[in-house]
Amino acid sequence: MNPFSSGTRLRDMIRAIRACKTAAEERAVVRKECAAIRAAINENDQDYRHRNLAKLMFIHMLGYPTHFGQMECLKLIASPGFPEKRIGYLGLMLLLDERQEVLMLVTNSVKQDLNHTNQYIVGLALCALGNICSAEMARDLAPEVERLLQFRDPNIRKKAALCSIRIIKKVPDLAENFINPVAALLKEKHHGVLITGIQLCTDLCKVSPEALEYFRKKCTDGLVRTLRDLVNSPYAPEYDIAGITDPFLHIRLLKLLRVLGQGDADASDAMNDILAQVATKTESNKNAGNAILYECVETIMSIEDNGGLRVLAINILGRFLSNRDNNIRYVALNMLMRAITVDAQAVQRHRATILECVKDSDASIRKRALELVYLLVNESNVKPLTKELVDYLEVSDQDFKGDLTAKICSIIEKFSPEKIWYIDQMLKVLTEAGNFVKDEVWHALVVVISNASDLHGYTVRALFRALQTTAEQESLVRVAVWCIGEYGDLLVNNAGMLNVEDPITVTESDAVDVVESAIKRHASDLTTKSMALIALLKLSSRFPSCSGRIKDIVVQHKGSLVLELQQRSLEFNSIIEKHQNIRSALVERMPVLDEASFGGRRASSLPNTVSTSNGTAVKLPNGVAKSSAAPLVDLLDLSDDVPAPSSSGGDFLQDLLGVDLAPATQSGTSQAPKAGTDVLLDLLSIGSNPAQDNSVSTPDILSSAQDHKPAIASLDVLAAPSNMMDLLDGFAPAPPKPANNGPAYPSIVAFESSSLRLTFNFSKQPGNPQTTTISGTFTNLSSNVFTDFVFQAAVPKFLQLHLDPASGNSLPASGNGTITQSLKVTNSQHGKKPLVMRLRIAYKVDGKDVLEEGQINNFPRDL
Amino acid sequence: MIRFILLQNRQGKTRLAKYYVPLEDSEKHKVEYEVHRLVVNRDPKFTNFVEFRTHKVIYRRYAGLFFSLCVDITDNELAYLECIHLFVEILDHFFSNVCELDLVFNFHKVLVYLILDEFILAGELQETSKRAIIERMGELEKLE
Repeated sequence: MNPFSSGTRLRDMIRAIRACKTAAEERAVVRKECAAIRAAINENDQDYRHRNLAKLMFIHMLGYPTHFGQMECLKLIASPGFPEKRIGYLGLMLLLDERQEVLMLVTNSVKQDLNHTNQYIVGLALCALGNICSAEMARDLAPEVERLLQFRDPNIRKKAALCSIRIIKKVPDLAENFINPVAALLKEKHHGVLITGIQLCTDLCKVSPEALEYFRKKCTDGLVRTLRDLVNSPYAPEYDIAGITDPFLHIRLLKLLRVLGQGDADASDAMNDILAQVATKTESNKNAGNAILYECVETIMSIEDNGGLRVLAINILGRFLSNRDNNIRYVALNMLMRAITVDAQAVQRHRATILECVKDSDASIRKRALELVYLLVNESNVKPLTKELVDYLEVSDQDFKGDLTAKICSIIEKFSPEKIWYIDQMLKVLTEAGNFVKDEVWHALVVVISNASDLHGYTVRALFRALQTTAEQESLVRVAVWCIGEYGDLLVNNAGMLNVEDPITVTESDAVDVVESAIKRHASDLTTKSMALIALLKLSSRFPSCSGRIKDIVVQHKGSLVLELQQRSLEFNSIIEKHQNIRSALVERMPVLDEASFGGRRASSLPNTVSTSNGTAVKLPNGVAKSSAAPLVDLLDLSDDVPAPSSSGGDFLQDLLGVDLAPATQSGTSQAPKAGTDVLLDLLSIGSNPAQDNSVSTPDILSSAQDHKPAIASLDVLAAPSNMMDLLDGFAPAPPKPANNGPAYPSIVAFESSSLRLTFNFSKQPGNPQTTTISGTFTNLSSNVFTDFVFQAAVPKFLQLHLDPASGNSLPASGNGTITQSLKVTNSQHGKKPLVMRLRIAYKVDGKDVLEEGQINNFPRDL
Repeated sequence: MIRFILLQNRQGKTRLAKYYVPLEDSEKHKVEYEVHRLVVNRDPKFTNFVEFRTHKVIYRRYAGLFFSLCVDITDNELAYLECIHLFVEILDHFFSNVCELDLVFNFHKVLVYLILDEFILAGELQETSKRAIIERMGELEKLE
């Protein structure tokens, strides 16, 4: 026998462990002890098994692995003596759980113990079973437990009842067997048995509808009587808590009555009186009383309607709300949220108190109160409520501002009675907490502004004023910059003044100042700067006198390291300098953004055809819409930031170019610079390994093409440059562009580099819409012959690709001949997702290997 | 239903852990760590209820020990507060002015677990009378 293990008593081991100063020391002590225990186990040491297991349990609680002790538990349980069994069962409950297979081995021992003569041992077995039995054990031992429900000793009956709860949770089919014994339990006098019986009954009703019916019919009256006796009972020192006899029993009874009364008018009737009695007579100065009232209110709200009781309940909740204890208020707010569905009027009466709770110092109360306020808003109280909330926004905590802003914005949007109020409130919110405002929200604001044509002047002046006071909030700056760009002339001319406005003198150069400061601001991000640039372009057209100054500002970004800004700067500069004749047409007022389609699009991102007025589609002689540069430029500008207007612009573009540009769905600003950069990268490095340049974005695009909306957005924005290519390198031989509403599947130029062009022609078999046959034609644009020409393609998972052999592998120079290759693509997401493909073309020129890679995004949409 | 009961001190050491739902050991430790972090940082003025994953934790601090109960979302929080208090009163009765060390050292007499097992079983309340529990503990002690 190992002297060490017998020597250390548990107490000494605990002391030794506590004396350790470092974790390493502790680990060393524990390791030594574990080794000793393992040795003792191996030697089948009987005498100290008990002590060893206790040590093991302590070590387990400290967090060390103790699996080797599991069999010890089993052996201890099998021993005849009570102390050993006790430790064994305790070890079982601590070291094992129902998922371990070892548990099965214990079933037999437990069965024997359930039949033991010593009722304490029976109790041990029931306890262990109730805490960790598995489904198989439950099935095996259910009959024993059922029998014990009628045992003479109340302690055993209690434990058996709770054990049964676990059994029916694990094996709901056995529920029927327990119905009758439970009915007997409900008539008990002993509180312990009664409360456990009630709990078992509640769970039975949850699990089995037949049980629910049975108890509803037979036991409701009995339970009501029990509750009445309990409420009226005299002082009982044993169960008294804060002057109430056994509040736990009260609460459990109320819960069971709730389950029985829900959905059944008769049962609900039977309990009305007692509920009223509990609600009125229970004292609420202590937590116990409040707990009972809380349960009572919950029951009243859940059972069938009785007007008087409901009013009583809501009054109690109102009282709770003014209680100083945070717990009570929290609980009341919770309940009120559920009460709103039942009786909104009554809850409205407590609006003021709830508003106070929004300003509470406890974060969970604030959150609950805010949600409740949100549910309470309707047309009549929206204005004062919003005013309160916006006022609070100024003083609220930073972490709360986000939630608060979101809620205020949705309240404003849902309930605004008139546009001018909407715009006012949104301006206030933007001024206060613009940085927390989500993109969709200020996009919606822009849509509304553009629709409220009589308010354009008012809005732009208000924005101008707001910017003077604070220019910290990004969204405010963006909206302001957009408006000033669009409606700058109204600003300067003081057009459309409303009565409530003060006159304000703004010169043209003031307006330009404001936009310039937006660009120059250090904190402005890419979106804001981009929007400011285009606003400047618009202003240069509306204020010709400032044109020179604007040009200077714009030109400063010519060398910007951010491609988006650089591109814009160059383009706009060129427009201002050389294309004055079309400039005004380019930047005419934007067509009114259609609210209806925008609203529809926010609900579902399916493309809707937009009926926008063709304000900007001035068709110019040089064909493929140079004018579309404006909406296209706006597309790039806004599609990065304002998906909705651009989506109408996009569809609009679709009409012009006949190319399916899917609406760019909500892409966050973080996506915007990336999308912008991708556009440009594709643009400026056409065909030359965009895969490498876009190495960050393309894997994203393809891999997340499955379901990632922003990816689809950037995908579609990427589709734009194939048209941009034509626009800006006007000299490149334009391959036949799909005409307006051309054939169902227009051919596309899938890939074009300086030396190679690939055109795709599509056809579909009738009756097989998912599969498209593509015939690809390679043309050699350089003056060298290509040999060993190999074309490879890759598609995302939802597509299937089949490549037929090519017609040849040598491509004569300068377009003197072509190679054709046929592909078949099957789109399992036909109609939902467009085709996308990556290419890799390898060939030899003068013996040197050349590799070209690209991505095709301009497949017609309905393939 | 009670999912688990934890007694932890301010430093995060678990003095008592009883689980009524099956969890792996590693999950148990994670849970204990998270609950401790949740509970130890709360201002005493705040409510005693915190949302935890898909359930809620009802906790109360007694001197240096946090008693945390994790219950289902639909349960009556105020009732469980009473439950915690009753448990503490029972412990107090046994150890007369119970303190943390009592719990650590008398763990071996597995007294604390025994008391708990007489009070709560299968995640539900078993006995509401302090006197009854104390009596029963007395009987069990005699058998040792």
